[in-house]
This record gives sequence, C-alpha cells and structure tokens, in this order.
Amino acid sequence: MSAIKRLSGPSRIDPFLVPFRHYPAAIAGLVGICVFTLAAILAPLIAPQNPFDQGQLDIMNGLLPPMSEMMDGSVSLLGTDAVGRDILSAVLYGMRTSLLVAIVAVSIGMVVGVVLGLVAVMRGGWVDAVIMRAVDLTVSFPGVLLALMLLAVFGSGVDKVILALAIGIWAQNARMVRAVGLSEMKKDYIAAARIGGLGDLRIMFHFLLPNAISPVLVLMPMAISGAIVAEATLSFLGVGVPITEPSLGLLISNGNDYLLSGRWWISVVPGLVLVLMVLSINVVADRLRDHANPYLQARG
Amino acid sequence: MINFVLRRLGQSAILLVIMSLLVFVGMYVVSDPVAVMAGEDATAADRAALAAAYGLDQPLPVQYLTFLANIVQGDFGTSFVYGRPVLDLIFERLPATLEVVFLAMVLGLAFGIPMGIFSGLNRRKPATRLISMITTIGYSIPNFWQALLFILVFAVWLRVLPATGRGPTTDFLGLQLSLFNAEGLRYMLLPAANLAVALICMQTRLARSGTQEVMYQDYMMFARAKGIAPRRLIGRHLLRNILIPIVTITALELGTLIAFSTVTETVFSWPGIGKLLLDSIYRSDRPVVVAYMILITLMFVLINLAADIIYAVLDPRIRYS
Repeated sequence: MSAIKRLSGPSRIDPFLVPFRHYPAAIAGLVGICVFTLAAILAPLIAPQNPFDQGQLDIMNGLLPPMSEMMDGSVSLLGTDAVGRDILSAVLYGMRTSLLVAIVAVSIGMVVGVVLGLVAVMRGGWVDAVIMRAVDLTVSFPGVLLALMLLAVFGSGVDKVILALAIGIWAQNARMVRAVGLSEMKKDYIAAARIGGLGDLRIMFHFLLPNAISPVLVLMPMAISGAIVAEATLSFLGVGVPITEPSLGLLISNGNDYLLSGRWWISVVPGLVLVLMVLSINVVADRLRDHANPYLQARG
Repeated sequence: MINFVLRRLGQSAILLVIMSLLVFVGMYVVSDPVAVMAGEDATAADRAALAAAYGLDQPLPVQYLTFLANIVQGDFGTSFVYGRPVLDLIFERLPATLEVVFLAMVLGLAFGIPMGIFSGLNRRKPATRLISMITTIGYSIPNFWQALLFILVFAVWLRVLPATGRGPTTDFLGLQLSLFNAEGLRYMLLPAANLAVALICMQTRLARSGTQEVMYQDYMMFARAKGIAPRRLIGRHLLRNILIPIVTITALELGTLIAFSTVTETVFSWPGIGKLLLDSIYRSDRPVVVAYMILITLMFVLINLAADIIYAVLDPRIRYS
C-alpha cells in the first residue's frame, strides 16, 4: 500500500526544488546563495561597524589578525585592515556592491539581448544582418577585455561598470534567442497566430518570447557569477568602481599591498567570500543546465 | 572554399574599420584632446596653435581619415609618458607576454590532457571525482585572486619562487627571453601557472569528453580485440584522435590568454603589453591605449578568421550555411 502510494502520489517537493533532489553539492550551493544574498541585504543591520564611516574607524586597530581584540574590547572575527576597518563588515558591504552590479548588468544585458534577438527573428533581412554583425563584433572579445577597453574610454564609476558589463552580456543572449526563435518561427502555432491576424508585437511577446527564453534563463546564473568575477577583476585593476564604493575587488586590491609582509587576511578573506559566492552560483547553475538537458537527464 | 575565405576576409575588414571608428570616436571626440594637452591656463591662441599643430582644427571626417592613414602606415603616434613611438613600446614588451602565454599553453597541455584522459577512462574512481572537483573550483576562482594566493603560498610562506618582476633574460634571435634561462624560468613559473589554471580546467573537460566518445568507436573496439596493449591503445589510437581538436581549441585560446595576461601581468609586475595597457590607462597615455585596442582587435579578427577557416576545413557543412 505504502509502496503504491509512493509511486503514484505526486511529489511533495516544491517543483522549483526538483532539480536539486539527490544533489547535495547543488543544495549546498542553493543554501550558499540564500546566505550570501541575505547577508548582503542585511549588511547594515548585522555588520559590527559601518566600514565606510570614518568616525567609527580607529587607526589603533590597524592590521589586527583575525580573532583579535579591538581597542573597545570587541573581537574582530576576521581581522582589520591598515586603517582599522573591520574586514567582516567591509566584506558584508562589499558583497552588496558586487551583487547589485552583477544583477543589474545581467538584467539589462538580458532584456536588451532578448528584445534585439526577437526583433532580428521577426524582421529578418537587413535588420537581422545589422544586429547579428553587432553581436559578432561584441562576442569576438573576451568579456573582461571588452569591459576593460570600454572603461578606458568611459572612465570609472558604478554606472559605467554596469554599462560595460551589460555590453558584453547582451550579445550572447541575442544570439541564443535568435537561434531558438528562428526554429520556433517555422512551427504551426506561429502560422496560426498570423492567420488569426495578430500583430507582430503580440506574436513577438506573447508567442515567441515564452518559447525562446528558456535557454537564456538557464544560463542566467552563470552570467551573474561571470559578472561578479568581471566586476571584481575590474575593480581590483583599479578601473572599476571608485574607491569610495565598497567592493570585494577593491578590498582584495587593498590587501595586495600587505601580502608580502605576511598579512594575508586583508586580501584572502574577501577573496574567499568572492570564491564561495561564485562557487555556490556555479554549482547551482551547472545543475540547472544539466537538468534542462534531456540527454544528460536520461543518462543519469 | 576560396569564396568562403574571401567573404570572411571582407567581413573582417569591415569589422576592423567599424572598430577603428568606435575607438576614434571614443578616444578623440568624446573628450577634448586639446584641453588635455594644453592644460588649464592656456590662452585661446595657444589652443588654436595646438589644434592646428595636431590637425585637430580639421573637420572630423578628415581627422578620421588622417588617423586611419597613419595607422595603415604603422604610425600610432608617440606616447605622452615615454616620448617614444607607441609601436616600439608595444613590440618591446610583446615577447615578455608571448613567452608567458606560451609556457601557460605548454603547462595546460601537460596537465590537462593526462587528467582528462584519466577521468574519461575511469568514470567512477575517487581520483576522477577529485579531478572534477578541482576543475569546478578552478573555474570558480577569479584569476587575479588565484595570482595573489600563488604569491602568498610560494613566495611569502614557502619562499621557493620570486613574487614579482621578470628575472634575467637571454638574447634569442634578437629577442630578450626568460625561457632559456633557469633563473628567468623561476620568475616565469608563477605568472604562467596563473594563466594555465583556467586552460587546464578547459583541457581536462575537452580530453574527458573526447576520451569518452573515442573509446566506444569501432576502431577502438577492433584495436582492443586485436590484443593491442593498453599503453599503446591509449598512447597511439586514443591520443591521436582526441589531440587534434584539443590543440586547435587551445591555439584559438591565444587571444583569451593574451587578454587575461593584463590581469596576470599587473599582479606579478610582469613587464608585458598587458601591464603596459593598464599603466597607460592610469596615466591617461592615450596613444598607447588606442594602439593597444587597434592591435588587439586586429589580433582577435585574425584569430577568429583562422578559427572559422579551420572549422570550415574540418566540417564542410559550415561552408554552405
């Protein structure tokens, strides 16, 4: 009886979680994403100090290793940097910038890419040719190099980093949507919609979009983790966000100066957080991609 | 085939012209070079004289054509900082970048292929799981932070390798290289390893999927049935069949490696073209930045062209699409 029930009854697991069943690494990644996102959102509430308020910093607390007692008697869990800034607090605030920049850049790149990809499919002809040549131009450079060159022209700033990253992201999305869209266009439901006298815009957004967007959504987590790394790299190189903005890349870059004297925690701690964040997203992204691939699913 | 190559050549030429136009607009039109050069207390007459001296009083299309004509003749201007022709600066530093990239490719092939073949042959062994874990983590560690860890572990804690800079070089066919110099190689090892990690991860995956595919081919079954020793089976029959795509893709990664060398060279203070680019961005040394962008675009156009031609040769279906 119970066996029959187990076989026939619908799964009680939330459909969103189905891809993660039996994959402990992917579940750990999912938990990681939740923890990092929450920590970033709640940073002002949970951080021991506001690391960018000069009034709260005391130079006497400078360069303390992790677990040291600070001047006011509290313990700095992850140590402090040269100006007495608590690394834990700085990292919590830095995650906010990293996540914000990555999510906004990927969202802009996705929307622009998907819309242009759909337009290329619907219009065809020279519109398609122009959009696809622009895609070719963009994807012929590695993302970080493209962003680096754009920032050399724009100058640095949060908005400019977002723009530079989005320019690298839209092209891949446009190319993917166009590829899927072209094959969807040949199907009967599009022909039916046309015969029904529906306008181009309605066909584009009501019929084509829902059917062509899944590959873009599946690759979105990967795009976000890529954007996080790219932003950190650019900020580390000094061409990304300005020094007044907390960012993981900048924190690591500050610590770089103290590495040779053995004060590892200043750049290792923010780097470790960056890696854990990216790793969590990548593990989940890998699982989602494999789950979306029926060939791999069948092989188990 | 000739038609295909000619069409791709034409596309590449158009791409280069568009890119030069974008760089020109970005670097010379969006901000005012006269203001940068003249300084704040220049009089209107000074500015006019400067503009006339550099041809900046001409209409924009004329300026662009002059810019283009100079580039075609190999004249990228003079660096504001070094006071020397930009092209000389870049070609002076190019060997340093290329030798690190070369060593990284060698390291990548030397580690990636054996690891990939092992994983492909032994799908369930713990070592395979370990390799797959390493490649996943390797992909997730940002290049620049990895470089810092290398310095921390090998230069600060273990004190076995130098942290930054380029060691002694030897003269080879007129180029200053560290490759043929034991002390120079020690300086090269960390930067090259830093570039190689991503490459190793990629090649492990390529070699693994290649092995899994080739092992079940009829000729492999036949070779095994014939009683060929496993060593020879892997070394000769398997390796030859998976090596072509791996080496091809690795060679095409040249551009990506040179792009990432900007990061690696900055962390390790390696005097190549990547560090030159960043130093020039910091100091607003425009002619160098512009020249780097144009040359790197040219390089990517050539690499992509080579990739398309190679793929078209390997897969005739591509030519007709």
